[in-house]
Amino acid sequence: MTKLPSRYALPSFSWRAIAVWRRNFLVWRKLAIPSVLGNLADPMIYLFGLGYGLGGLLPQVGGVSYIVFLASGTVCASTMNAASFEALYSAFSRMHVQKTWEAILNAPVALDDVLSGEWLWAASKATLSGLAILMVITALGFVASPLALWVLPVIFLTGLTFAALGLIVTALAPSYDFFMYYFTLLMTPMVLLSGVFFPVEQLPAAFQTVAAALPLAHSVRLVRPLLLGEVPADAILHLSVLLAIALAAYWTALILTRRRLLA
Amino acid sequence: MAALTSEAAVLSVTGLRKSYAGREVVAGVSFKLARGECYGLLGPNGAGKTTALRCCLGLTTPDAGDITLVGEPVPLRAREARMKVGVVPQFDNLDPDFTVAENLRVFGRYFGLVDAETRRRIPQLLDFAGLGGKEQARLQTLSGGMKRRLTLARALVNDPELLLLDEPTTGLDPQARHLIWERLKHLLQQGKTILLTTHFMDEAERLCHRLAILDEGRIVAQGAPRELIASQIEPQVVEVYGEDAPAWAASAAQSCAKRIEVSGETVFCYVDDGQVIPLLAQLANLPQLRTLHRPANLEDVFLKLTGRELRD
Repeated sequence: MTKLPSRYALPSFSWRAIAVWRRNFLVWRKLAIPSVLGNLADPMIYLFGLGYGLGGLLPQVGGVSYIVFLASGTVCASTMNAASFEALYSAFSRMHVQKTWEAILNAPVALDDVLSGEWLWAASKATLSGLAILMVITALGFVASPLALWVLPVIFLTGLTFAALGLIVTALAPSYDFFMYYFTLLMTPMVLLSGVFFPVEQLPAAFQTVAAALPLAHSVRLVRPLLLGEVPADAILHLSVLLAIALAAYWTALILTRRRLLA
Repeated sequence: MAALTSEAAVLSVTGLRKSYAGREVVAGVSFKLARGECYGLLGPNGAGKTTALRCCLGLTTPDAGDITLVGEPVPLRAREARMKVGVVPQFDNLDPDFTVAENLRVFGRYFGLVDAETRRRIPQLLDFAGLGGKEQARLQTLSGGMKRRLTLARALVNDPELLLLDEPTTGLDPQARHLIWERLKHLLQQGKTILLTTHFMDEAERLCHRLAILDEGRIVAQGAPRELIASQIEPQVVEVYGEDAPAWAASAAQSCAKRIEVSGETVFCYVDDGQVIPLLAQLANLPQLRTLHRPANLEDVFLKLTGRELRD
């Protein structure tokens, strides 16, 4: 008797994932304007509220005005949020509630294709979300130089990292309620520890060590200098950490999803 | 049908076994589908029908057994096999965000079909499904029967050789069920092969050339519906209803029926042709009991083989 590939097999990638990506893109396109505005509203409220409100009380932070400091953190945090929401709530709907994946798996598409399509889609949507904020802050004059264009591949990679982490949680989730733990126990502390709102150097040493392992912190270390017109220090290191987490998390998500759906 | 080789069969399943958490859900199932045939898998809830279908599609690895689907070994080349197979799942999983036409177009892409090709096929698929002119309809505006027919149209988007239908008419009203049956007969006339799971006996009797009755993961009977009725059960049934029916069944009825089953206040008397007239004559003297005489059907076979206890 022949067997399906082992549950622990390396991820396989094929063009078939594109059909899954396009399915999600078509849904998004129907709701694109409210979706972009919705993704923009929340980070903008924080950016202006904290940036001008709190920023007015502060001296320069990291050598720039607080709102400029915060703008780069907001790009990263929004990318993270968009990728997470898509890989958690939306992917869970398609997997568990609407049974969209089940329908796709009856066609000549493998689970590896479905998951890689979802992964790339969540990262793409996160990139669109980060890009929207980038455009707004550029229009407001918070971006120093064309070096900022390098932010695009960084936010795509950030999207891949958080989409993959989200897909792990989705593969384990019994219901939507489960995602609350992920947000309150992991995402919120991550935002506070990663240098989004204040420099990591403000933290006690122990927390700085934790921050060094957080993917969002690496994303911020890349995006902030790029938006200030500087080449990031240790760029290869930060990119490598993000990439390594993205790949390891995606493989883990795939193993767990195979266990859940192909048993 | 005994001569049907695994190579000639559209679907061949041999010695299929699958356990979950120590319970054998499919416990040694074998069957073959000839081209152009409608084959039914019948069984109570939990008999292993859906698990068997999942194995056939290569969505799970069996513990033992061999499966050949449209000429491909499964699960090894299940993905290639699914190119030539259409599936109507038990529960609707159409895309609620899309229109009718978008559902078909997007599904065609999973088969590698280019949009232009699917677009050209959409009008005829929708006509076939009785949804002509509904291209732009939103999914929420469709009735349950229309959604089921759209699911059938979606399963045909790749012009499959074999259709797998998992309880295709569950939850539909009689009008909608009859329309689905009529469409499936039409597909059989076109030369498609169909594997159907159901627990509606009239559906199986109408559509299936052959069927297998599954219980607790095993095939307990296999054959053409008429053959099964002839071989497994007495030809005539007299149903007797009333408060006194169980008492009557325990006494006087014994001598005039071959086999008796009691379910609440209903007594089922299974009798040979010659026993019908004496039995009805006896019942005519008992006006407190209502009677119904009918020929035996597949449901009688099913209940005899799988029992009357609830399976949920």
